[in-house]
Amino acid sequence: MSTITTAVPHPQRAPLRSFSAYADLLLPAFSLWLREIIRFYRMRSRVVGVIISPVLFWLVLGSGFGSSLRGPAGGGQHYLEYFFPGALIMIVLFTSIFAMMSLIEDRREGFLLSVLVSPASRSAIVLGKVLGGATLAFLQGLIFLVFAPVIGVRMGLAQVGISVLAIFLIAFALTALGFTIAWRLDSTQAFHAIINLFLIPLWLLSGALFPLSGASGWIRALMLANPLTYGVEALRAALFKSSEATSTGLSVPLSLGILAAFSVLMFAAALLMASRRRTLPA
Amino acid sequence: MNPASPSALPQPLTTSGSHNAIEIRNLSHAYGERKALDQISFSVRPAEIFGLLGPNGSGKTTLFRILSTLMLPSSGDAAMAGLDLRSNPSLVRRQIGVAFQAASVDVKLTAAENLRHQGHLYGLTGSVLKARVQEMLSRVGLAERAHEKVETFSGGMQRRVELAKGIMHQPSVLLLDEPTTGLDPGARIDLWQYLKILRDEEGVSILITTHLMEEAERCDRLAILHEGKLVALGTPAELKSEIGGDVMVIEAFASEALAAKIKSRFGAEAKLIDNKLRLERAAGHRFATEIVEAFPGEIESISISKPTLEDVFIRRTGHRFWIERMDVETKKKH
Repeated sequence: MSTITTAVPHPQRAPLRSFSAYADLLLPAFSLWLREIIRFYRMRSRVVGVIISPVLFWLVLGSGFGSSLRGPAGGGQHYLEYFFPGALIMIVLFTSIFAMMSLIEDRREGFLLSVLVSPASRSAIVLGKVLGGATLAFLQGLIFLVFAPVIGVRMGLAQVGISVLAIFLIAFALTALGFTIAWRLDSTQAFHAIINLFLIPLWLLSGALFPLSGASGWIRALMLANPLTYGVEALRAALFKSSEATSTGLSVPLSLGILAAFSVLMFAAALLMASRRRTLPA
Repeated sequence: MNPASPSALPQPLTTSGSHNAIEIRNLSHAYGERKALDQISFSVRPAEIFGLLGPNGSGKTTLFRILSTLMLPSSGDAAMAGLDLRSNPSLVRRQIGVAFQAASVDVKLTAAENLRHQGHLYGLTGSVLKARVQEMLSRVGLAERAHEKVETFSGGMQRRVELAKGIMHQPSVLLLDEPTTGLDPGARIDLWQYLKILRDEEGVSILITTHLMEEAERCDRLAILHEGKLVALGTPAELKSEIGGDVMVIEAFASEALAAKIKSRFGAEAKLIDNKLRLERAAGHRFATEIVEAFPGEIESISISKPTLEDVFIRRTGHRFWIERMDVETKKKH
């Protein structure tokens, strides 16, 4: 503490604040999180889109496939039913990723600069931005989950709990991934290219569109290596009460564990990215 | 002495025992092959308004980025408020306030929300924050529009929010990048008055970048940058005094003949430019009287003006100030 006070060149201008983990980490993170939420609900079209688009997407795509395909998991499952968790994850993916597009806009508009020159720690910046995007994606996933009874899903408290946890972890991990990618980019066009090249395949190969059991060879290997697969399967297990084991062969808690580890890893990557001080423009 | 301050830096120049606001030693920076800053050294004293004048592409944006802790320099050292930029970025950040040229205000938020957010970043909460937001808003004359979205504000009002953001946490050093860009003349005057209040009443040291001569004139001291090099440093008056007094322009009925007469009588060298005689002379007003009295009826008009900073720039660099460097600057900016 004494080192800080002696460093003040104009003693009459003592800082207005004290220094603490709260002031340096939690408060700035909270403020950045709040800003994401406020900005979101001020954009009316986004709010409407959040509710309409997932349902529309699921109905159109699910019904379209449904008439040509039977439930790929065997039995009498309609494709609309099989596709439900996949559509939910897709909505979460899109919201997470697009939320992080705001990082590029913040940088371009100059807002990010004022955050970067403030004493808020880099972890606070990453935490606030990622949690902000994750919250929006999570809420959108939850809204979609409300439609589960429409396809005849009856969930107990445990299943709801697992679903909510899985949705949150997926939202968090994907937002952190989006942050890591967006940090260095200076245009949203470049971001779109990466989405198409990398993030859409990540979703395609997660069991969202077609089941792991039907895939073979290298596709199956890719799917098993994709952390998102464990999220989709945990969610599917929770929704359709096959909670003993998922189609990856792992139990639900273990799948959630993998998902949690993925989240932590992605957050660490985002933090690493943002903490570097470089000789190039920040 | 603060143990965190770098031993490599020399003792501050001031006698009061406080540090220089900004201390820059042999600072260089390169973007790949291109040198943007070349061995810059200068210091900004406490409670002064220091101007960084340079045409586009002179390196002032690069220097601003380094000082605002956004970027590390390739080599050399810089300290703000006695704290080394390389080793103590987080401590430096507490001491400085920054207002960027690209407005950092969030236009989707209200003026008060912007300031509240800014306060949070600096650890302000509760009643302290509330009072500070109120105070800042009334100081920049926006108290009545506190709860309107910034996107509904005029350019000048947005800059005022920007400035309020920069001084929310009472920084000891304030960095302003081209702060008057896009402001109408009235708003410029307001801003300068406010900067002087900050300097005089609160002892804030202010570094301002500009490419406008008239703005540089208002600074207490200034550094002129040209192609990454420091070409001049001093008060505006000092810099202009090297021009050799006043700049006189004489229109005469027979210019060349008069030039010869002035030379033989006063020993002053007058140059003929655009059919007018130009000469540099100390105490120009007295000299003007002497000439008019010495050559009655030969002079049509005579004007005396103080040398401008542009004259200084031309003298030091051999270039005109406004050269085509726009392409370099735009490439560099983003």
